[in-house]
Amino acid sequence: MSQDISSDVLVIGAGPAGIAAATIAAEQGLKVIVLDDNRQPGGQIWRNLSTAHHPSTSKRHPKQQALDRLYRSGAQLLTRRVVFNASASGFAEALHETATDSNVETFRFQQLILATGARERFLPFPGWTLPGVFGVGGLQALTRAGYPVAGKHIAVTGTGPLLLAVAAHLVAAGATVTTVAEQAPMLKLAPFAASLWRQPAKLVQGARYRTKLRSATYRTGCWVVKAIASPDSHTLSAIHMTDGTRTWTEPCDLLACGYYLVPNTELAQLLGCALRGSFVQTDAHQRTSILGIFCVGEPTGIAGLEAAIMQGKIAGLACAGKSTPKLLRRVMKQQVFAKNLEYAFALRQELRSLPKQDTIVCRCEDVTFAAMQAYHGWTDAKLQTRCGMGPCQGRVCGPAAEFLLGWKPPISMRQPLYPVPLRALSSPLASTSKVAINKIEGIESTKERI
Amino acid sequence: MKSFDILVVGAGIVGSAVARECALLGWQVGVVSGGTLAGSATAAGMGHVVVMDDSPAQLALTAYSQSLWHQLAAHLPKSAEYEGCGTIWVAADDEDMVQVPAKHALYARFGIETNILSAAQLAHAEPNLRRGLIGGLLVPADGIVYPPAVASYFLAEATRLGAEIFPARAVSAAHGEVRLNTGAVLAADRIVLAVGADCKLLPALPIQRRKGHLAITDRYPGFVRHQLVELGYLKSAHTLTEDSVAFNIQPRQTGQLLIGSSRQYGSTGPEIEPEMLRRMLDRAIEYMPSLDNLSSLRTWTGFRAATPDKLPCIGSASGLSDDATLWLATGFEGLGITNAPGAARLLVAAMTAQTPAIDVTPYLPARMKAQVSMPYA
Repeated sequence: MSQDISSDVLVIGAGPAGIAAATIAAEQGLKVIVLDDNRQPGGQIWRNLSTAHHPSTSKRHPKQQALDRLYRSGAQLLTRRVVFNASASGFAEALHETATDSNVETFRFQQLILATGARERFLPFPGWTLPGVFGVGGLQALTRAGYPVAGKHIAVTGTGPLLLAVAAHLVAAGATVTTVAEQAPMLKLAPFAASLWRQPAKLVQGARYRTKLRSATYRTGCWVVKAIASPDSHTLSAIHMTDGTRTWTEPCDLLACGYYLVPNTELAQLLGCALRGSFVQTDAHQRTSILGIFCVGEPTGIAGLEAAIMQGKIAGLACAGKSTPKLLRRVMKQQVFAKNLEYAFALRQELRSLPKQDTIVCRCEDVTFAAMQAYHGWTDAKLQTRCGMGPCQGRVCGPAAEFLLGWKPPISMRQPLYPVPLRALSSPLASTSKVAINKIEGIESTKERI
Repeated sequence: MKSFDILVVGAGIVGSAVARECALLGWQVGVVSGGTLAGSATAAGMGHVVVMDDSPAQLALTAYSQSLWHQLAAHLPKSAEYEGCGTIWVAADDEDMVQVPAKHALYARFGIETNILSAAQLAHAEPNLRRGLIGGLLVPADGIVYPPAVASYFLAEATRLGAEIFPARAVSAAHGEVRLNTGAVLAADRIVLAVGADCKLLPALPIQRRKGHLAITDRYPGFVRHQLVELGYLKSAHTLTEDSVAFNIQPRQTGQLLIGSSRQYGSTGPEIEPEMLRRMLDRAIEYMPSLDNLSSLRTWTGFRAATPDKLPCIGSASGLSDDATLWLATGFEGLGITNAPGAARLLVAAMTAQTPAIDVTPYLPARMKAQVSMPYA
């Protein structure tokens, strides 16, 4: 049942950052395994992305380029592995689900790179649980997987650079995007847009989205306050929007609403890595507070695709005891971009009053905002109302409660990080012998081309 | 300095039950609780209301408390999730089955009805148990509760009657004064320590922390119908030196299954110990093989407050302390939930010089004086 697999470097997460890290580490001659819980590599951003050559260009899509290089590097990619437990002593346990069965695999490592990405932040508002209401990234992923949106009228709302990208994607899939509503005010977005002059690629991308979206209204400084169900079908038929002074109704078939991203830091916390604010604390070489454990991409800060890839490369090199000054300088620049993002898309205080007394905040356990408000903090509320005790383990309602009520969830991660069959917890580790940990402490500068 | 008739230190299920009982007498009650209310053993425990026969004194207290739970049941809020689902003690082999008639007769002497189950009756009552088990003993009047909600209800009752809650940690509690970490000092005629395994306030108490692990599944309504405990459980609970596990599973009102149990001494950190968890779940799967594919959501640990003779300390602290204002309600090991209502009644009876419903001698803290220097086991 249980298998034991060893590597020099184990990478958890095969998004852009994880792929970059695994590729570089393998190119340095290390034995590398990269795990992902999805069927396909690529993470959220490259998930189900068609990488067919564009007829007007012979250039391959960056995802395909990255994957080609990963496969050439000799790193071993293993998908459908859900890592539910890990220890800084040098192992991670994953549930491997196949069509017919599931079994537990133990991965022993010398060094570990966490590339666990981020998830969408949802803020509860009346009607957010209606059929027809999706996350922004959620609807994009569903559409890529074949969910039909052609002919649908869709409002895309919330906050973050993803709104325009997803709206453009939905239009390309045949939908009519009626509105793109960004909660951030123009006053905050303008300096962000201006800062993009230093990142021409991003600006061009933005312009492309706008061209595709000619039919949609793009509004800043407004947000959805309520989703309305049609009386007969109990599915979404319209939304109430506000700009803080005026409220109006817009009909729509689907709503995509997401409030930017929450870093997936659970695995890092289980391993004992220190956090800085909401993010995993890392140094210039992406080293966490635990020797031999690195973290790259969104768990260390939301700084976009380029930064994630560069961090991946830095960590991959660092596993071999190397670094290049050029990469380090470039990633520093990206951190300025991250700060700008954070400022531009900061959640406005009015969103705290989105949920009404009877609005469900914890969907797993049907806990209302009123029920949670009666308590002083997350632990109290969790014990008395069951909020955060369902299958998602507070991954949705935890960040919502943090914003709405100012509650900091306590750092006490325990296995299983994801629901797993009981036998996954009852099966012994395949080998109980202690691995000799050979972590590299020093990092030397190199002029290698990465 | 704020003054009370009584100050209760600790707001777990025992402290809150004592606070409610005292408030019902019309006393001015203060409750001191640092951290999350009912956030320690009360939050970690299973919430099994169970009559146990480890010793005659334990049987007397659990039987008395069970009767009080039946009176309480009608008043408990829905959130307390009280279910009179009963306990089935499961016999795996002839050695186990020998205990069944004896247990049946012993419970009857304490007025507790039980039904002896044949192998076929056991399989009918709990179809997911493995085949080949040879019988069991059903205790229909046992039940389950969600302890944090019960403690919250007890405290709400106490505050409705005028009790005041101080969200602070007690740094000292003696001679009618409780000092809080906030710097405040409270005064009272009596102080009750209901502090579970955290007994720094009275170091003379020989209480050890006894770690336990639990796991909970997703919702599978009807998969298990009674609280199921292997008859070997008492052996596991009885040993004072060795780490042990026993099959103990509980159907929550939500349809979730709560799976125990493990007992460890000398393990002081709250972290999950994979080896103990594995042993505990292996034991559960051994009794109920189809558990292995059920989805597990969460695991956690907690600490029981264990005394050397496995009986709680209920009553005046005299003998352990020269402080006449100090009273104790602690050391319940794994039976704090079951025994909270009984302990609160017995304590108040002692404070008001009323005749208690059962003989309290076995629970008097003074007995610990002789045991302080006794080796465990």
